[in-house]
Amino acid sequence: MTTPETDHHHQPPMIGRREDHSPGDEPIEDSGHWIRNANMGLALSVLLTAAAFLLAGSDVIYGPAVPVALAVLAIAQMGVHLVFFLHITTGPDNTNNVLALAFGVMVVFLIVFGSIWIMNHLSENMMPMPVGQMMQMQP
Amino acid sequence: MTDTGLPASVEAVRRVREDPHRLGHRSHGPSEPVAGAGHGDTGPASKRIIVGYGFWIYLLSDIVLFSCFFAAFAVQRSATAGGPSIEQIVDIGRVAIETAVLLLSSYTCMLSFAASNARNVMRTQIFLAATGLLGLIFIIIEFQEFAVLAAEGITPQRSGTLTSFFGLVGLHGLHVSAGLLWLLTMMAQIQVKGFRPEITHRLICFNLFWHALDIVWIGVFTIVYLMGAGL
Repeated sequence: MTTPETDHHHQPPMIGRREDHSPGDEPIEDSGHWIRNANMGLALSVLLTAAAFLLAGSDVIYGPAVPVALAVLAIAQMGVHLVFFLHITTGPDNTNNVLALAFGVMVVFLIVFGSIWIMNHLSENMMPMPVGQMMQMQP
Repeated sequence: MTDTGLPASVEAVRRVREDPHRLGHRSHGPSEPVAGAGHGDTGPASKRIIVGYGFWIYLLSDIVLFSCFFAAFAVQRSATAGGPSIEQIVDIGRVAIETAVLLLSSYTCMLSFAASNARNVMRTQIFLAATGLLGLIFIIIEFQEFAVLAAEGITPQRSGTLTSFFGLVGLHGLHVSAGLLWLLTMMAQIQVKGFRPEITHRLICFNLFWHALDIVWIGVFTIVYLMGAGL
């Protein structure tokens, strides 16, 4: 049922072979480690998620630092997902995937922080509106 | 440097000799064409790589779409218009269950793809079914959350905060629902057609989609539920 195209993973790795690999697929030198990767990804994710939920509900660390800690944990967990589940690595066979990701992250950054920046300025320059008048505007 | 010549100019002279009119016909890269790397006569990369890469581009654009909803939520977060704020409508226990369920489904999804790489129909189907079941539980819990809120009169049209809240969480729920439909069709296709190349390619895409949904959920539970709840 298999064709040569799907079999490229079962070929012995060639020295200097520089074929890309698709995101979500395993690089040739790494194939056969699917389940190990899944287990490591799950273990790290559980650890980071549990840490986030525990931190959010407690005062173990300095209160105003909690959002920063949550952001760090979230970014770390996204990294864990990218590496262990999506197999985005720093290998030369992955350059295209990483570049596309970098561009995506840049666009996301521009949209989110640009919106927050602009809308904060807009809201600072708005005329203050009394609460009573605001209630009247509701449907 | 040990050689006495000027390496840059030597290189330039060699280039001019080999390609006097700068037509770029000089060979480059490995002398042997690398199969599937787009060199020489071998053509573009194999379909497995192209399909996965194309879907990766789509996923990134989908994440850009989500980022717009995140931006709207960040802007509208305090626009409660006298209505309930996020911290009043969040139930952390329910969110913890949702998170656990979605993370586990990502894990079983990966196990199913490991099984399909080992060409094991039985295990692939079992793990895909487990993934689908966990996804379904996630959707039901989320739907129940929305129903409870709606029963209290907390609906998207109440305030800007709630519009952006329901928009963001609902968009993610919609993606999970679409993913569930896709999962069912994939199970049927594996059963009927087996692991043909195009089915494997679709499985790669489905895996990417499901893991990306989990990545988006990390953002949702961190920014909307944990930070928004102001705990």
